[in-house]
Amino acid sequence: MFDIVAFIPRAIVQSVPLLYGCTGEIITEKSGNLNLGIPGVMYVGGISGVIGAFAYEQACVKSGNFNSVLAVLIPLLCSLIGSLIMGLIYCYLTVSLRANQNVTGLAMTTFGVGIGNFFGGSLIKLSGADVPSIALAKTSECFARKLPFAANMGWFGKIFLNYGFLCYAAFIIAILAAVILTKTRVGLHLRAVGESPTTADAAGINVSKYKYFATCLGCMIAGLGGLYYVMDYASGVWSNDAFGDRGWLAIALVIFSIWNPLVGIFASILFGGLYIVHLYIPTGMDYMEFKELYKMIPYVVTLIVLILTSMRNKRENQPPASLGMSYFREER
Amino acid sequence: MNPFKSFHIVKRDVLPWYKAWGVRAIAIIIALIICGIVTTITTGLNPISVYGAFFQGAFGSARKIWITLQNMSILLIIALALTPAFKMRFWNIGGEGQVLAGALATAACMICLGGKLPNVVVILIMTVASVAAGAAWAFIPAFFKAKFNTNETLSTLMMNYIATQLVAFFTVVWEVPKGSFTVGIINQSTNAGWLPQIFGSKYLLSIIVALAITAAMFVYLKYSKQGYEISVVGESERTAKYVGMKTEKVIIRTMLLSGAVCGVAGLLLVGSINHTITTTINNGQGFTAVMVSWLAKFNPITMIFTSLLIIFLERGAGEISMNFGLNQSFADILTGIILFFIIGCEFFITYKVAVHKKKEKIANGKEEK
Repeated sequence: MFDIVAFIPRAIVQSVPLLYGCTGEIITEKSGNLNLGIPGVMYVGGISGVIGAFAYEQACVKSGNFNSVLAVLIPLLCSLIGSLIMGLIYCYLTVSLRANQNVTGLAMTTFGVGIGNFFGGSLIKLSGADVPSIALAKTSECFARKLPFAANMGWFGKIFLNYGFLCYAAFIIAILAAVILTKTRVGLHLRAVGESPTTADAAGINVSKYKYFATCLGCMIAGLGGLYYVMDYASGVWSNDAFGDRGWLAIALVIFSIWNPLVGIFASILFGGLYIVHLYIPTGMDYMEFKELYKMIPYVVTLIVLILTSMRNKRENQPPASLGMSYFREER
Repeated sequence: MNPFKSFHIVKRDVLPWYKAWGVRAIAIIIALIICGIVTTITTGLNPISVYGAFFQGAFGSARKIWITLQNMSILLIIALALTPAFKMRFWNIGGEGQVLAGALATAACMICLGGKLPNVVVILIMTVASVAAGAAWAFIPAFFKAKFNTNETLSTLMMNYIATQLVAFFTVVWEVPKGSFTVGIINQSTNAGWLPQIFGSKYLLSIIVALAITAAMFVYLKYSKQGYEISVVGESERTAKYVGMKTEKVIIRTMLLSGAVCGVAGLLLVGSINHTITTTINNGQGFTAVMVSWLAKFNPITMIFTSLLIIFLERGAGEISMNFGLNQSFADILTGIILFFIIGCEFFITYKVAVHKKKEKIANGKEEK
């Protein structure tokens, strides 16, 4: 029997990394930067948090006292700094040096995934610690701490209250992003930069500043997705390549959600569901191979949605007009 | 006075090629120095032996040289395949999926036809099937791009994952022994469907094919009418339409070519090199090839060197990480660093930084007073 009360929380848990990545990329794309480095940024965000938490836990083993506030703050800060550095690299290359955004993004993905897997696989050897694998159980417990009254509120508690704080933060950030983009002057300027940097420049908006700011902020938000994945979803256990292709799916979600973070919330929950739907389709032991076909569903759906949105071709559903192009004031 | 206000950026006229390559060479050298420093920090090896170990990994023995060349030829083929699409400004990052589709078709022919038909016929069918499969995989994004302007970056990307899952599906169908989730060496006893060895070397075939495709692609892009059409569509789709080119046709035709050549890479991977199929058989080279192609400025001949550079790094970093018990992904970090530098140096080829001399004089004059 299909258990909807059990299914929804699992879909939401899956959706959080996607939502972080999607919100971050929407903010980035609104400034006219198409950052294909998001998968790499999410890996870096995850592993930076892991390195911070690992260092702190090792220090705690020696000194013997463990402070749960610090255990959350240190990885959080490390993660933000890590993804900020990635964002700065991308901005320096594409905004200051006007490099091709696609190539820079792909290089960032190679680099970021490499950093994640390298430190994930070699951190213990490099730090000379005496543990068999990276399992940050204590830190993870702080990250995944749930609301105390969630357990005794029946199905309502299970669906709405049973998550770690980073999950709620994802939804709050997405809503905030939507409000700022559509309702404030900063958002208006940012959209102007993405639509027509020449016009924005003529109106006295500092195009480079907005591009830097939006892209770095977007990267930091996306990096939190990586942090959430490893600390909350994976219970503090880093395993290489486990994060998989969620970064790419997040980029696809941006188109799915027509550059609107609010639509992004629903889209990512839908995709979170699609991501695990193969676990719910009954297959006998003799037909194990079909499980692999069901895992295809999220990608096929993305492809179909991509095609359908491009066929409908509505004016308000279009990407920012200068998306993917570097801005050079003296060029026309 | 703010020093940052006293210069501005101007676009250069075309830089002579030797100067442009000089800038790139300097960027690569700086990047290699930084790679050496990073390696020294992580491994404690002294910098000179870092570079020694790199060479050892890539060219240390005859066998290593052959493997380096073989890996390079596969990467080169994929990069060449993507190039016509890139020249057309079609961001085909679906090389991975197109290669997998070709590989899957090859494996299917080897498993289903091997031993039942004469070997020559099997190999012929394999070749046709892999080329067709690669082309078909590229056709879907190309068709929707041409008709509805569907974002090709994402549609080709999704096709990658669909191909991966399809391969995973068939891996379970064909798995030997049951439950192992691997196909194992196909036709190990009969060698049916294995591509022939040339001069007794199992490495040579891919290298020869790669060189042949390089030459063909160079001629195609530079001297053929279709190659010219590709450049026009890439420069300006409106111009192409204005002079009466059927851009839809050009897009679809070019992508079919792109996918077909990727299919050849898949054929070589399964038929000549690995004789088996896994979901990771291509090892992300579809993405690396994008950078190989771009670094070479879409010039097939230059791609020989850029693919060698990337493979050299990969093999060298692989050697270092093996010696020190570090993770294989070390190579990706070094590749990333080098790419950042080469990407960044393009700026100094296209633009120059002009200092405002007048303002400086005024500033100096004030100081003198």
